[in-house]
Amino acid sequence: MKLSSKAIPLNIENIDTDQLIPAQFLKLTTKKGYGKNLFYNWRYIEDYEPNLKFELNNPLRKGAQVIIGGNNFGCGSSREHAAWAISDYGISVVITSQFADIHKGNLYNNNVLPIEVKSEELTILMTYFLENPEAIIDIDLENQTIKVEGFEFNSTFEIAPFKKKCLMEGVDEIQYLINMKEEIAEFELNNY
Amino acid sequence: MKTLFDKIWDKHVVKSIAEDVDVVFIDQHFIHEVTSPQAFNGLREKGVKVFRPERTLATADHNVPTINQHLPIKDQESFHQVESLTKNCKEFGVELFGIGHENQGIVHVIGPDLGKTQPGMTIVCGDSHTSTHGAFGAIAFGIGTSQVEQVLASQCLVLNKPQTMKIEVNGVLNVGVTAKDVVLYIISKLGTEGGTGFFVEYVGNVFADMSMEERMTVCNMSIEMGARGGMVGIDEKTINYVQSRVDLSEKKIEEWKALNTDKGAEYNKVVTFNAANIYPMVTVGTAPDTGIKIGEKVDESTFITEKAKKYMGFDGADNINQQEIDYVFIGSCTNGRIEDLRSAAEIIKGHKKADKVEAWVVPGSMKVRQEAIEEGLDKVFIDAGFEFREPGCSACLAMNDDKIPAGAICVSTSNRNFEGRQGEGAKTLLASPITAAASALTGRVTDPTKYLQN
Repeated sequence: MKLSSKAIPLNIENIDTDQLIPAQFLKLTTKKGYGKNLFYNWRYIEDYEPNLKFELNNPLRKGAQVIIGGNNFGCGSSREHAAWAISDYGISVVITSQFADIHKGNLYNNNVLPIEVKSEELTILMTYFLENPEAIIDIDLENQTIKVEGFEFNSTFEIAPFKKKCLMEGVDEIQYLINMKEEIAEFELNNY
Repeated sequence: MKTLFDKIWDKHVVKSIAEDVDVVFIDQHFIHEVTSPQAFNGLREKGVKVFRPERTLATADHNVPTINQHLPIKDQESFHQVESLTKNCKEFGVELFGIGHENQGIVHVIGPDLGKTQPGMTIVCGDSHTSTHGAFGAIAFGIGTSQVEQVLASQCLVLNKPQTMKIEVNGVLNVGVTAKDVVLYIISKLGTEGGTGFFVEYVGNVFADMSMEERMTVCNMSIEMGARGGMVGIDEKTINYVQSRVDLSEKKIEEWKALNTDKGAEYNKVVTFNAANIYPMVTVGTAPDTGIKIGEKVDESTFITEKAKKYMGFDGADNINQQEIDYVFIGSCTNGRIEDLRSAAEIIKGHKKADKVEAWVVPGSMKVRQEAIEEGLDKVFIDAGFEFREPGCSACLAMNDDKIPAGAICVSTSNRNFEGRQGEGAKTLLASPITAAASALTGRVTDPTKYLQN
């Protein structure tokens, strides 16, 4: 996966899953249709009238596929609806200094790449993208690199080899487990 | 020498597939109506059955109304979601305790109460407060819906092994300090990300002295410090609790006792607190780590932010003890059990709530509600002007009609005070059941201690 995109900087720490998708939108039984309610309480004034002070609504950032969020992104509930909302909105990468565990897993399972950078790096990226709404960030999963076009930012990120393989080869964890059924049945026989 | 966590984890590894990535067998799976429909859809699309239906138990809790549960749910989307659960459980052969069933209730209240939650188990649910079940010396944690589908399809998960953290609290607790205050205090020291990447074991006489229900309150909120889960070692209380619900063999009990952390076993991180420093707590911000002593000023919270103060309408110099309130909510998977209701009723007995306060008591399950009625607690609440409702998650996350209006302040025994958590624009102060009860009586945030000394 290689991506060159604008980015949406959200300079807020502890963005919780209730902000990503409030509870009143968890009533669907599908995985689609959550994008328009991503950040509902911050993004709209009322009746879906955009709050222009919220960076997601900045017209210069239209088409951005990257969110740069404050530390402890996605804390709170396990609702995968938060990851579905991010993905449905058109986001492919979220960058922060630390994700909440469950949300990070949910992003992976929806082919959204969660990238953790050092907090100094996050500050640099946040500041730059707040000041330059049309700047472009380049993300390369294979080489695990992040660059910013026309700016001296050049960094690498860590990713667990298994997760990388899943994303690169489109391996689905569930299919992997279904294929293991015989081994699982044998484990049960020996242990229960 | 191994920790309780490591012993249980190692026993459940079906296969290691990479460094620190294991396929882990899940003993008990709980599901509810909000995070399971897409998982069942996934199974249908793949043409896969539920691999071990007897290891999954379903209940409807998040969407259910807490008034007139015998009538159809008015909200069409909620109605449809609960109906989907019923249909899915029937089609895939999963046991369901739906609305009106005598075993229905909040998933983290009924699991332990039915004896489904047992020591040494791996337990998951599409709900972050699954950490509650760790009180039994089990590895219990919340998962996303993709993982719910994985467990349904294979009874396993692909997991990164977390690190271990010991949180030790010793000493004598002050009067008026409950399990809720202990965990709010710990979170106020560690922050909402202090436990990220870790699985916690709570150690020390404070937890050993707690009842099983109190331990559940503590473990429940482990996720609020970012931890995957939290657990307490297995002792006579654990065994007695389970034994009074299901038949157990001596062999099983011996196996459980052997699971406890070996003397000298090492954790990746250790933090220690002194019980004497803990007082009745209340949160003042929009994250669970903003707890302060009742009587302190808002700015004494380590983690309070300017954004949170603005949302809450608090000045940093405000003393929270004087804060007027509008609502009180007693319930949720954190504090909706019978001991919580008893302790709140004890404070309220013979008093009336403040006129301007609206107060709701929502039992965690049908069984808790029935027990409360048998003990006459319902009358105590009703006589004091409280509403005594039917069971569900209710105003903890306001998915049903139990919403706190915009701008209103609610003292709540639930677990999260995020912006809008209890309704758009609602302001939540997290506290213990006795603090909530005392606050309902005065109409202000109130230290429950004086009511206990009477």
